[in-house]
Amino acid sequence: MPVGEGAVTDIAPVRVADRGGRRLLLVLAVVAVLVPVLNVLPAEGSFLHVSSYSMTLIAKYMSYGMLALAVDLIWGYCGILSLGHGAFFALGGYAMGMYLMRQIGARGVYGNPLLPDFMVFLNWKELPWFWHGFESFPYTLAMVILVPAMLALVFGFLAFRSRVSGVYLSIITQALTYALMLAFFRNDMGFGGNNGFTDFKDILGFNLQATGTRVALFVCTTLALGSSYRLCRYVITSRAGRVIVAIRDAESRARFLGYQVEYYKLWVFVLSAIIAGIAGALYVPQIGIINPSEFSPVNSIEIVIWVAIGGRGTLYGAVVGAFLVNLAKTYLTGAFPSFWLYGLGGLFIVVTLFLPYGVVGVIGQWRRARLEGSTL
Amino acid sequence: MTRTPIPTVLTILVFLVGVGSARAARAGGTEAADKPGLASLLAQLPDASYADKRVLIGRMVQTQDPKVRVVLRAMLDDSLYVRASDQRIFIGEADQETIHLTDALSGQAAGAVSGDAVSLIGVNNQLRKTLRVALAQFDLNNPDAGVRLAAVKEMLRALNAESQAVLRSRLGMEHDSAVRRQIKEGLALSDLDSSDAAIRLAAVVALSRSLNPDVYNRLSAMAGRDSDGVYGEADPAIRAAAQAGLRVIERYRRFYAVVQTMIYGVSEGSVFVLIAIGLAITFGVMGVINMAHGELMMLGAYTTYVVQLLMPNHIGSSILVAIPAAFLVSGAIGVAIERGIVRHLYGRPLETLLATFGVSLILQQAVRDIFSPNNRPVITPDWLAGSLQINDVLAITYNRLYIIIFTIALFLALLTLLKRTRLGLDVRAVSQNREMAKAMGVRTAWVDALTFGLGSGIAGIAGVALSQLTNVGPNLGQSYIVDSFMVVVFGGVGNLWGTEVSGNALGVVNKLLEPYAGAVLAKIFVLVFLILFIQWKPRGLFPQKGRNAGG
Repeated sequence: MPVGEGAVTDIAPVRVADRGGRRLLLVLAVVAVLVPVLNVLPAEGSFLHVSSYSMTLIAKYMSYGMLALAVDLIWGYCGILSLGHGAFFALGGYAMGMYLMRQIGARGVYGNPLLPDFMVFLNWKELPWFWHGFESFPYTLAMVILVPAMLALVFGFLAFRSRVSGVYLSIITQALTYALMLAFFRNDMGFGGNNGFTDFKDILGFNLQATGTRVALFVCTTLALGSSYRLCRYVITSRAGRVIVAIRDAESRARFLGYQVEYYKLWVFVLSAIIAGIAGALYVPQIGIINPSEFSPVNSIEIVIWVAIGGRGTLYGAVVGAFLVNLAKTYLTGAFPSFWLYGLGGLFIVVTLFLPYGVVGVIGQWRRARLEGSTL
Repeated sequence: MTRTPIPTVLTILVFLVGVGSARAARAGGTEAADKPGLASLLAQLPDASYADKRVLIGRMVQTQDPKVRVVLRAMLDDSLYVRASDQRIFIGEADQETIHLTDALSGQAAGAVSGDAVSLIGVNNQLRKTLRVALAQFDLNNPDAGVRLAAVKEMLRALNAESQAVLRSRLGMEHDSAVRRQIKEGLALSDLDSSDAAIRLAAVVALSRSLNPDVYNRLSAMAGRDSDGVYGEADPAIRAAAQAGLRVIERYRRFYAVVQTMIYGVSEGSVFVLIAIGLAITFGVMGVINMAHGELMMLGAYTTYVVQLLMPNHIGSSILVAIPAAFLVSGAIGVAIERGIVRHLYGRPLETLLATFGVSLILQQAVRDIFSPNNRPVITPDWLAGSLQINDVLAITYNRLYIIIFTIALFLALLTLLKRTRLGLDVRAVSQNREMAKAMGVRTAWVDALTFGLGSGIAGIAGVALSQLTNVGPNLGQSYIVDSFMVVVFGGVGNLWGTEVSGNALGVVNKLLEPYAGAVLAKIFVLVFLILFIQWKPRGLFPQKGRNAGG
């Protein structure tokens, strides 16, 4: 029974005309303008009013959308199924969380100007070395990108060089995020143990609860999602992108043709980790909490299902999938709490068995069928 | 427990008057009794002072009458009474207002009386100590070596010249080696206090191989200085002997500590093997990534719980019933998963992974809805509780011991099944070359379903074992899934021996790291080690060879 290579061939080729993507960007542009306007202008209780809660929720979906984009980039186009992408998301989130913790300053429960509350609680006397620098926002931004990138670089370098692929790679990425989860749960690590970081106050001196700050963060998230999409699209339509797809479809053949398969894979893997890290950094200030459960292997597998449901190997489909699944999750966990896991589990099965191209693929098929019908 | 009220002056007077006549009456009775010694000794108890009682206890022991033990025990427990009406001795069991009496000599029930009708034979703390030693001396002649050993230990707690003499004489006729060792050790320990340097030296030498923690403490105290800088032992020759003895003891202790770590490591490794061996079949032999493997184990654990609910009066055998039951439950669900889902996804491993993960979510939620989101209590049968005390520093809990034995048995059974039966032959044929097997008339679809069912059933059996080791809850499976895949990949996919070796190796490494790093950090180290190991040997410890090795 073939395992791994060659198993992934039935995915839509890179489309030249990116109609779905253009629509996605259009929707994002509308959302970026309309949602904040409707949040600020109409009176509360008005029909048109979008509550701050809804706005935060949409921002959350958008950061998940970025994460799905990151997974689709490597899974849909390079055939690398990472079951540990939640780790890069969480690392970006933790980096941002450290900055936000430093911003609290002396306003914590214990009022210590230097140490976050949990360190005071653990009787620590000074800031651990890796916490230095996080008082600076530019440094934090650099870390949001560098920490996931470095982890992806080292991990990917080792894994791709020794040609770990297919399910083996999936399993060790899962082990990676599991190990990180166990590590971050430890109080001694200096990341707040199982409580993680919360009770943030300011970002860049602006109050996180203020409408202005929320709107700014929302717009930033929309922009980040849009630019990530453009970036991924640029990568996969570039010459290097063609090689990446070739690696997905026939790794050995690409290698025999003289391409340095490992470096292409490594490069796209690191890029994907960076996008995931930025998504995490945008998620944390808006949701207001980050804890080690973000590293849990189940979270990472859930990301894969967003991509599979939306439509693997389409980029915009991944974003659509992240929105649809999370919308359903928000609704179902509220309305029928026990039903959610049945629903999610059923989705995994139905999509893999019956919808190999995802929702986007189904819509595409349906439209093609109609077009053919009309030309006859 | 109600106690007899302190006798008033009046009742004491009544006693004094009654004593003479009662004694006269009893004198006739004792002639008829087959143990006149005990009866007359008992009769003296009510009037005896504490000092007299001590003497009486000593003489009772000398009678060697088996009833003495009961009487002394009752006295120690404050339940030996004298009846005011006839001055006879009874063992009483207090119950609310009344006391149920049993004749101390004949052992016959003598009805219930109110607390005023009897009075307690009082004991003080000094007497209690005497009683314990007396009971122990009495037990020293018991035919059961275990009782004798306990008696020796009891006597050693409060040793005096008299009990030393008793122990020395017992040593002469004792045959059981454990009891002999215990007596020798105890006597040598007491000899350490002797004023004669030669006796002390001999005792130190005799104790030099003992693993008893008391011995270690005493020898350390002798070899070292106390807080005032005074040596615990004045004689330098004895001090040197004590130091030499300590070195020997420490070497033994280190050795047994290593043995203990290894056994615990192998036991932990057996858990790894258990959780991975079903996966070694579905993933290793069939190449199917079954993310619901952990949930199949969870179902096995819940089966144990249900079996115990169904047979609450036979908890001891419930585990033995649960093993085949769990195999059937998890195996049947495994076959259903294979027929319903996995079958359509052969050759698409990543999709199989996702679909079976969906199954795992559904199974978790189903268990949550059917049972409860909380952990379910699974009872540990008595024969699994407790520990095997090998010596003073090495004890192995029975559940650790049984898990090792159980895993080995399961592993051998599975190996036999795969290598020696028709089904095993078919399974191996299909996994090596599906098309060729089909051409030779093997019903591949049927073999696939059975193989998957087998792996799933084994997961269920592992769940029965896990129910004795960990909490049985809906998340049981999730906490093991990463571990189980790592074990299979580490050992080399498609290789049962690899799984066995890698599981045990990981368990031992985990236990070796734990004292230095703590449990969680040790686990993280092991995971990181495995991630790095797979880079080095992507096909595991024992890679498959030959044409089908590609994957």
